[in-house]
Amino acid sequence: MTTQSAPTTTAAGKYRFRPGLIVAWTLLFIGGIIMITPLLFMFSTSLKTAGQVYDLRLIPAAPTFDNYIRVLSDGRFVRWFLNSSLIAVVVTASCLFFDSLVAYTLAKFDFAGRKLIFLAILSTLMIPTEMLVIPWYLMSSKLGWLDSYWGIMFPGMMTAFGVFLMRQFFETVPNDFLEAARVDGLNEFQIWWKIAMPLVTPALSALAIFTFLGNWTAFFWPLIVTTDKDLYTLPVGLSSFAVEQSIQWEMIMTGAAIATIPTLLIFLFFQRYIVRGVMLGGVKG
Amino acid sequence: MLLNQTAAGAVQKPRAWDWLSISTKQIVWAWTFLAVPMLFFTVVRFYPTAEAFYLSLTDWDFLRPANFVGLENYQTLLTDPVFWQVFRNTFAYLLIGTPISIVLSFVIAYYLDRIEFGHAFIRALYFLPFLTTAAAMAWVWRWFYQPPPIGVINSLLGAFGIGAQPFLRSVDQALPAIMVTAIWAGLGFQIIIFLAGLRAIPATYHEAARVDGLGEFTILRKITLPLLKPTTVFLVVFSSIGFLRIFDQVYNMTSNDPGGPLNTTKPLVLMIYQTAFSSYQMGYAAAQTVVLFLILFAISMGQLWILRSR
Amino acid sequence: MRHASIGKLFSSVRMLSTGALALGVLAAHPASAVEIEYWQYVFESRVQAMDELIKEFEAENPDITVKQVTFPYADYQTRVVAAKAAGKGPDVVQLFYGWLDNFVAGGLVQPLSKEKFPAADIEKDFFPIVSAMKRGEDYYGLPTAVRSMALFYNKNLFKDAGLDPNKPPQTLDEMIAAAKATTKQDSAGNFQTVGMALDIARQDHNWWREILIRQFGGEPYSADGSKVTYDSDGGRKALDFYTGLQTGEKVGQEGFMDEGQAAFRAGLAAMVIDGTFRLASFNTISGFEWGVTELPAAADGTRSNYASYFANAIGGTAEGEKLEAAEKFLAFISSEKAMNVWLDKVGELPARKSVALSEKNLADPIYGPFIRGLNYAHTTLFVDEAAQRQITIDMVNSVLLQGQSTTDALNAAAAKEQQLIDKRKAN
Repeated sequence: MTTQSAPTTTAAGKYRFRPGLIVAWTLLFIGGIIMITPLLFMFSTSLKTAGQVYDLRLIPAAPTFDNYIRVLSDGRFVRWFLNSSLIAVVVTASCLFFDSLVAYTLAKFDFAGRKLIFLAILSTLMIPTEMLVIPWYLMSSKLGWLDSYWGIMFPGMMTAFGVFLMRQFFETVPNDFLEAARVDGLNEFQIWWKIAMPLVTPALSALAIFTFLGNWTAFFWPLIVTTDKDLYTLPVGLSSFAVEQSIQWEMIMTGAAIATIPTLLIFLFFQRYIVRGVMLGGVKG
Repeated sequence: MLLNQTAAGAVQKPRAWDWLSISTKQIVWAWTFLAVPMLFFTVVRFYPTAEAFYLSLTDWDFLRPANFVGLENYQTLLTDPVFWQVFRNTFAYLLIGTPISIVLSFVIAYYLDRIEFGHAFIRALYFLPFLTTAAAMAWVWRWFYQPPPIGVINSLLGAFGIGAQPFLRSVDQALPAIMVTAIWAGLGFQIIIFLAGLRAIPATYHEAARVDGLGEFTILRKITLPLLKPTTVFLVVFSSIGFLRIFDQVYNMTSNDPGGPLNTTKPLVLMIYQTAFSSYQMGYAAAQTVVLFLILFAISMGQLWILRSR
Repeated sequence: MRHASIGKLFSSVRMLSTGALALGVLAAHPASAVEIEYWQYVFESRVQAMDELIKEFEAENPDITVKQVTFPYADYQTRVVAAKAAGKGPDVVQLFYGWLDNFVAGGLVQPLSKEKFPAADIEKDFFPIVSAMKRGEDYYGLPTAVRSMALFYNKNLFKDAGLDPNKPPQTLDEMIAAAKATTKQDSAGNFQTVGMALDIARQDHNWWREILIRQFGGEPYSADGSKVTYDSDGGRKALDFYTGLQTGEKVGQEGFMDEGQAAFRAGLAAMVIDGTFRLASFNTISGFEWGVTELPAAADGTRSNYASYFANAIGGTAEGEKLEAAEKFLAFISSEKAMNVWLDKVGELPARKSVALSEKNLADPIYGPFIRGLNYAHTTLFVDEAAQRQITIDMVNSVLLQGQSTTDALNAAAAKEQQLIDKRKAN
């Protein structure tokens, strides 16, 4: 059995039962287990009582959900989870809408200044958010946006990365489709919404994944703009919770677990889409 | 069909809109679509950039009105030994973190690509850490690094007879310890990207090479790696930027002595955060952010230049 | 059909709940209610205690509602400053006594009205350390509670080591002896139990600054706080003693269990030096019995203690109705009743002498040592507590982690701190 050409599978071809590959497989497997060891210990510790924390076995002797009950009972984590969800969903929706709109305009419309605007937007990728947080903070302070959902969300509502990504894909949309729609009397907005957008759904899902993940795990700006505990996002809340817990590790691990479980579940269900989306975004980006 | 005739054939009264030419209409639509986004980018990106540069030239500290002080902040920065320590730290994160994570992720992707059985499962194992929140994982790793009796890593070392390591409590080990956390988190993303890049190489290239009798390693060197160049360049620039901006892990792993011990783990972003939001020296902090920008810009441009296609 | 009836049910439920909500809203806000904001930093027991005090205050003053807003300690000052810049400051604000200079300079607090809070009464009723809130002729705030430090010890570990759990060490030498007896290491030399939990980042820096230095014959600062004076023989001996606990006597280790109080809570440290604010946390310890004793005296009997407090002040932007309400609230939370609640819930000592020095409190095995310590306590006039604490942390770290000599580390820290003080005083 020699190699077969199967363009959608491994580029290296299929090798069966070569000893080298078995070694590689084993090493990769062990490496993978090592990769998730922190997660395993996190879950394991969250199921232990304070006294058992020092017993470093992976499987707790007497697993208990007490920590989870204690941590979730005061409602803070639920609150933080809802905050993060709301913010991530809203920002993702906004990015999907506006980034695509801008990208479509830059790809399909012909007007003076098109190139300039694209370059200008692209140039914002070079500006690190760390440089902008101080002016953002001052702006928010003056406009009363501190300690508000809008304050957390506004910097991310549109992104240059999204514009760049979507533009790549819109350029591949055949102009004939759009022309036909124009002839049918649809206005430009409808053409974009009804004709062009459905043709780029892989890109949209890739953008959605990146944006959602980025906003879900965002720490720096939410840390700065919020001081009201009720408005913390999950990462910021977890951080303050951990510091407050006076190093009660079983509680901290429980908090970390609660913060991690949602993304893990989503990944388990949508693994194929997420990986495909990341590949798409990274390769085209 | 007349311009003002709908598909059904009925003719409408001509409106001002209809007198415009198609290309003009296009322009109007384009600018309508772009109006709000352009306003957004100006308010959220361009204006704050200018404001940051301006602030860096003042001595504003919230309590007293701002005075223009020219380049004084930068002078103070250049003579501040803590800044140079932070500068060294930031570059240490970059120079150690990027190569290790790129090489590691490539090797893993290379072999993972050849594996079919359990491919998705193993791939998931490597990718899961990427989906976690840096702040949460920082605490898990912090617990890992504890001295005995509760530190997992130290207990493991103890089982092999190696003495307990101070890790986060050592001026030499703290930075690498935190870097491991950052590398661990980003590995999954890089592996996935490399996998995509590897898949994009047509199988025919490899087959032709094998038929010609070339060994695996030569194939790797002469075919795979060159064809992976765009992917590699992307990942190098991307991860460099990530390491230069590291914050979440350091903040959470050194919360009782931020950036410590003795400033050996403090990256530039943490210094900016402390200057702005603990000491409220806004002007000085803005100068630091400009320095960060210049570093990022220089490094990215430098890398793109060095790695450009010849 | 099913849909229609469910729909009807839904809409009537909706109407009822909207109506109930509206009634509730109306009931909660009497037409002429004044709302004031109280700010303090986040610490679970303090927030809970304040919640209870607010409830009582609102019951007695139905036309005033108090909203409590809290911030993480690290960002606290910035938040107050930023709010004032945006014109939305608090009406009553809590501040560390050491921040007063900054707060006054920034207009974040206003002097207490001399009629409602006469100076003579303040000086008669409160402990002398309240004078740190005075600038010129004006008092800027009043503390509900003060904190001092003491030596916590694990009675079980003492018993196991053959020490009498009811006779805790009284002098530094006795403390070292007890620490040595209770320290346990495994075969690899790792600590399993430390005799003395060391944590320079928490309270040990105060122990060194106001207590150890004095006990070894030195003075940390000049009387007015403008000159650093610990780069002396006494200072060096004190630093030698402290770092010697880890390097010489080997009874403790910085970073063990991440924080000293965590080691004590876990039953892995026989002793720890900490303040009254730790009582609420230690009260939840169930695995062993613990006791408190006054900070050990030097061999020649010198005792010292460090007392600090957070005071409540009237915000700089409060005026008119809100000012009146704020003054009422401030008087309430500085009253004897409030202090007893605070003592109960937070474990901090009453700032009024009459309340603190009651027989009951003095005889209390836990509060007694702390209260006695107030009699000979000093308080540091910090210009920037976080920065000065960091200088001390770095000093100890450079000795313990980089092997620097205590003399060099001491002089470097003194120079840095003097620079910091000079810069702040010059503004």
